[in-house]
Amino acid sequence: MSQNIDKQESWDLILKAGSSEKNYWKDLWRFRELFYILSWRDIKVRYKQTVLGAAWSIIRPLLTTIVFTVVFNKIAKLQNPGNAPYALMVFAGMLPWQFFSNALSESSNSLIGNANLITKVYFPRMIIPASSVITSMVDFAISFLILVAMCCWYQYLPSWHIIFLPVFILIAFFCAFGVGLYLTAVNVKYRDFRYIIPFIIQFGLYITPVGFSSSVVGERWKFLYSLNPMVGVIDGFRWCILGDNMSLSSFLISLTTTILFLILGLFYFRKMEKTFADNI
Amino acid sequence: MIKHEGKENYTALRDVLSRKAKKIFSFSGWKAAPVTQEEFWALKDIDFDIESGDRVGIIGRNGAGKSTLLKILSRITEPTNGSIKIKGRIASLLEVGTGFHPELSGRENIFLNGAILGMSRNEIKKHFDAIVDFAEVEKFLDTPVKRYSSGMYVRLAFAVAAHLEPEILIVDEVLAVGDAQFQKKCLGKMEDVSKNDGRTILFVSHNMGVVSQLCTSAILLNKGTIDFNGTVSSVVDKYLRNQSYTNEYIHNKEAIGVKPNYIESIKIKNETGDYVSSFSFDQHIIIEFICQIKNYTPDLLIGIGMQDKTNSRVFTVVKGIDYFIDTKSNFLRGELKLPSSLFAPNVYSFVFAIWTKMGVIHDVAENVCVISIHDNGTSLAAFEGADYGSVIINPIWKSC
Repeated sequence: MSQNIDKQESWDLILKAGSSEKNYWKDLWRFRELFYILSWRDIKVRYKQTVLGAAWSIIRPLLTTIVFTVVFNKIAKLQNPGNAPYALMVFAGMLPWQFFSNALSESSNSLIGNANLITKVYFPRMIIPASSVITSMVDFAISFLILVAMCCWYQYLPSWHIIFLPVFILIAFFCAFGVGLYLTAVNVKYRDFRYIIPFIIQFGLYITPVGFSSSVVGERWKFLYSLNPMVGVIDGFRWCILGDNMSLSSFLISLTTTILFLILGLFYFRKMEKTFADNI
Repeated sequence: MIKHEGKENYTALRDVLSRKAKKIFSFSGWKAAPVTQEEFWALKDIDFDIESGDRVGIIGRNGAGKSTLLKILSRITEPTNGSIKIKGRIASLLEVGTGFHPELSGRENIFLNGAILGMSRNEIKKHFDAIVDFAEVEKFLDTPVKRYSSGMYVRLAFAVAAHLEPEILIVDEVLAVGDAQFQKKCLGKMEDVSKNDGRTILFVSHNMGVVSQLCTSAILLNKGTIDFNGTVSSVVDKYLRNQSYTNEYIHNKEAIGVKPNYIESIKIKNETGDYVSSFSFDQHIIIEFICQIKNYTPDLLIGIGMQDKTNSRVFTVVKGIDYFIDTKSNFLRGELKLPSSLFAPNVYSFVFAIWTKMGVIHDVAENVCVISIHDNGTSLAAFEGADYGSVIINPIWKSC
């Protein structure tokens, strides 16, 4: 009898082992509205009940830029190889780095923070870390205003390269998303990973050219140094905004690591996704 | 506000590392405790069809697989084997307030919760006024829900869920939350939804009264398999019968001592003659008793009383011994059949006595033969477990 029904009717949904694999990307599109609303929720909640609200995303990078300029430029006597003021160079690196580190720490805790949703409702889980990366994007947009202000202050006109800036923003986005996907999936399984994440971010700040320019790194270390995906992004930002020289080879290496991280993140996340509801 | 604390059952990396380390060292003499793996099927060989418009109750003991079944149906976990075919949109009525954010206002939470339950923005907009009306929170729409009273919070959460329009609605004991008044409102809404709109409902509950009232058919799960599948009353009966245990009273020889007249045994059975301790509301309860009467006098009386769980007497009946006694034997056998559809679903016990008109007690058994009466769809089903009296009556109402 059930075979007759099969012939007569078309089913909207057939659930069996592995069926979610096939429909995954279609579902991701179907649930886009949930994605918007979760991002909107995160943004809204982020600025609620804070005295300074959005001002935090201005104060933090600005203060760090001042400290870095004093430490690296005034005390360590490092110089910018280009002609832009040192503070501007630091800020051009600080901007993508702040975005990356915020996105990474937000997204890696995102699944655990939404545990009650995950155990109760079905939706492609990738929506959650993606929406926290988007939230950090808003912070980034606000901080970007300081860059404009600084350019005015120093009366510095960016080069025409600035039209390529969106490309590097996109790379930074995918880099944070890829690494974030991996970390959040691991975090569900092994809760001690949340202690590692601040460490990764702190460690990353030292091996990333935020307070200094890539030109101070010796030729011997260039390859190892370029494996850091944020090197390509920050050099790209400086190339776009300040017109600094950028080494194509080191950019390509960084781009390759970004793509590898993204693939690894997607792959691992998809593999672990089915067990999230049970493990969380 | 209601918040569900999840179980903390995660693995820590350090445990895994130490287990791995133990494995490495295990060859050198110190045997680490082997990690045993056991195969466990939460559900197995489940096969059933649900037609559009059916209201199906899923019942079973804890661990029978009810929640797993719902989890699979709502796509939270995938089946390892087998398949489920669904026609129409499916949505779960969640524990009240899942996905609410305390910092956001009522208005914002309506949109957030609606999206989580699977509604599109336009659908929410369409129902927005109706939701606000149902929840009665108009004045506080722009207040963060963390400042809501718990009643407002629950009302808002249910209002959003109630305006969901899926073809198939899954409900997992959400009605356990909230006061009786609110439960009643929810039940009414759910009945309305399924009867008038032809929506299919899958309802999981431990509350037999609510299941009987709401559902048309039911599935009884036991240890991951289907025990029974049929009309709601037959399944509820079967479930209650499975729970039964014998609860007879047998006299204690030493305690009886030299009493000439004593109660030998009391047993409780249903109309089909099974000795049980659970009854549904519409079943007759039959008390079967045997007494030893060695010293017969015509003024002896048999008395039976029923007590509720606070030991207050519900009724007492007495009968002269001459009605039963067969002068040739010392035995007295009798049955008392209680009316059905009278005693409110609850737990009761009995008092049994042999005494004389003068008040001399020959033998008494107190608090014996505990039985429970289960609701199978009375008008008060929503209040099952609450104290609303010992009897349910059908009086004549009149509006003047």
